[in-house]
Amino acid sequence: MRNNRVWFLVLALVLMSALALSACAAPAAAPAAPAGEGEQQGEAAAPAGENQLEIFSWWTAGGEADGLNAMYEIFKQKYPDVEIINATVAGGAGSNAKAVLATRMQSGDPPDSFQVHAGHELIDTWVVADKMEPVTFIFEDNGWMDAYPQGVIDIISANDEIWSVPVNIHRSNVLWYNKGIFEENGLEPPATMEDFFTVAEALKAAGVTPMAQGDNGVWADNHLFENVMLGVMGPEKYAGLWTGDTDWNGPEVKTALETYAKMMDYVNEDHAALNWDQAAQMVVDGDAAMYIMGDWVAGYYTSLGLEPDQDYGWAPVPGTDGVFMMLSDSFGLPKGAPHRENAIRWLEVAGSKEGQDAFNPLKGSIPARTDGDRELYNVYLQSAMDDFASDQIVPSYTHGAAASEGWVTGISDAMTLFVADLDVEAAQTNLAQACVDAGVCSE
Amino acid sequence: MSHARKERWTAFLILLPSIILLGIFVYGFIAWTMRVSLSKWDGITPDYTWVGFENFHRLFSKDIGGVAAIRFRIDLWNTFFFTVLFLLACVGVGMLLAILLDQRIRGEGVFRTVYLFPMSLSFVVTGVVWQWIFSPGTASRPRGVNALLGMMGLEQLQWRWFTSTESIGPFHLALIPVIVAAAWQMTGYTMAMYLAGLRGIPEELREAARVDGATETQVYRRIIMPMLRPITLSALIVLGHISLKIFDLIYTMTGKGPGFVTDVPGIFMFETTFQGNHYAQGAAISIVMLLMVALVVVPYLVTSMRGEVER
Repeated sequence: MRNNRVWFLVLALVLMSALALSACAAPAAAPAAPAGEGEQQGEAAAPAGENQLEIFSWWTAGGEADGLNAMYEIFKQKYPDVEIINATVAGGAGSNAKAVLATRMQSGDPPDSFQVHAGHELIDTWVVADKMEPVTFIFEDNGWMDAYPQGVIDIISANDEIWSVPVNIHRSNVLWYNKGIFEENGLEPPATMEDFFTVAEALKAAGVTPMAQGDNGVWADNHLFENVMLGVMGPEKYAGLWTGDTDWNGPEVKTALETYAKMMDYVNEDHAALNWDQAAQMVVDGDAAMYIMGDWVAGYYTSLGLEPDQDYGWAPVPGTDGVFMMLSDSFGLPKGAPHRENAIRWLEVAGSKEGQDAFNPLKGSIPARTDGDRELYNVYLQSAMDDFASDQIVPSYTHGAAASEGWVTGISDAMTLFVADLDVEAAQTNLAQACVDAGVCSE
Repeated sequence: MSHARKERWTAFLILLPSIILLGIFVYGFIAWTMRVSLSKWDGITPDYTWVGFENFHRLFSKDIGGVAAIRFRIDLWNTFFFTVLFLLACVGVGMLLAILLDQRIRGEGVFRTVYLFPMSLSFVVTGVVWQWIFSPGTASRPRGVNALLGMMGLEQLQWRWFTSTESIGPFHLALIPVIVAAAWQMTGYTMAMYLAGLRGIPEELREAARVDGATETQVYRRIIMPMLRPITLSALIVLGHISLKIFDLIYTMTGKGPGFVTDVPGIFMFETTFQGNHYAQGAAISIVMLLMVALVVVPYLVTSMRGEVER
């Protein structure tokens, strides 16, 4: 008798402690986006079969949210009966949203359309998993095959089909500089990597931090590295890295790593504690002369009330003149989208000239089409539109265009070690291994 | 007899819902994670092809895993040092504060609340605030603690804090600011536990010891400390399992850091699974974390169960 009671007591104790432990575990395991997730689930609970359109993105604030709403307005004018469900998940530059999206897609509950970086992030994650419908027919029906540059079509295509509709283009290879500092020291923005170090040396001698960096997140290291690689080896060799044609163990990658290591002599000491916007701020505040970062910097400067070409200058990253390293946000058509008709209508709005000219001036990017209305864009964006139309286009790996997400995490780990010890040989071995692990390079 | 059987059934029925929920949401998912960790699942589509312990080999062998193994080894060392120092700080400072508060000082309630307050914050808030505090700035424009040290004329103590890549053996000094932040948050908890423990020790015992000629130090060393031992054990278990699985504090405060100086298995697991889509690899990391926590918690459960049975 007594034994039984003891047994139950023990059982209750085990259960209670297990409950307590799992309760403690809950906050530790969840990333920092509970609000967005809850909101999104609440809305998804609406009865199916109604005339709705659910768009999933991580554009929750600032110009990008305004731009998304501008596209919604156009959609509403055309299809007033459709109720738009704006499912957003904030935080982590989209990494929280991606985790939520993966859960929904795996459980067979896709949104009607979702935001995804154009290129391999879309293709290697979702297309190979057979979760997407091709959208080639939308391009053909709307006569877009000629409205988009071939370089863009190549990046969003696989297996002879197009898989998403790009809504914007950002440029990765931009060198931002402080015009005042350059004038005072009688310097010109560097055109080659050799120039870069001459200029950097001159600035250092003048007591100015030559280059800003804010790599609190490893993606900023990746960003600088993709630009150094492009500048050192040129567009063909760079593009070959992602198809296995350029050897990761070869001399080009070695030179790129050495150049990167050398650059670290010229950056601000506290780079590891800063974010990209703080580094961008250093340039306009005169605390640093140059900064290599994508052209969302221009959008950030605009939000500070600064004028392009007056308050700051820009140039292609040294050695990359005539090349446009692009990344793009796009929307795709998941298989089993609950409101497929509306999703197709949405993609037609998102890909149209009207839609892109509504979205991009607010987002601070340029249209993925070549026929955007120049009047709507500022001086910087106009110059980017010109370059985009004439330059050779290559994909950015940091932002999902050139490589699968799995490969990028492998490169990120190699770069995390590299920025701490600047050991070129070890980094090259690790980068080569990442390519093998990704299944692109052979052993 | 029938009365006893009825009682047993009632107890069973009352426990049933939690047994079912726990069975599914805790043990079921643990089993499923184990199965995934032994599979080939890489990418969004589940692939349960059996590969044995390959994912674990990748974590522990540098020849097979490359960077993943390097990173995981660093993570385990970081977890070890973080846990040991965090526990020492919480127990040491917590006990000291409790003893001080136990001196029946005026305004005790105020102090108790002040020390306990950080615990009411989320680790995310703590992480963000302490990131501001320990953000180093540059020599010409110091920030946070460095600015404070500069104002006090202690420039030689200025340091790169959590962005430092210095280490003593496998111990990364960048972990120190993280340990300070974590201990700041959880010290109040150990203080409260010790205070309760101290209040539970009958005054007669202390008096008796004093009458026997014990000095005040001896009273604490020989009488009070031994009686607080069960409290120390509980505190170590609760804090130990938090620190072994720590994620949110470090994720918001420093991230993995240059050269993984502040990386922990939780962050590695999150990035591998949800950014790299390496689901099987991420599951393997989770299982290793589970085993680490189990090493701490299971002996505790066994002892406390034995205690119950003896009673």
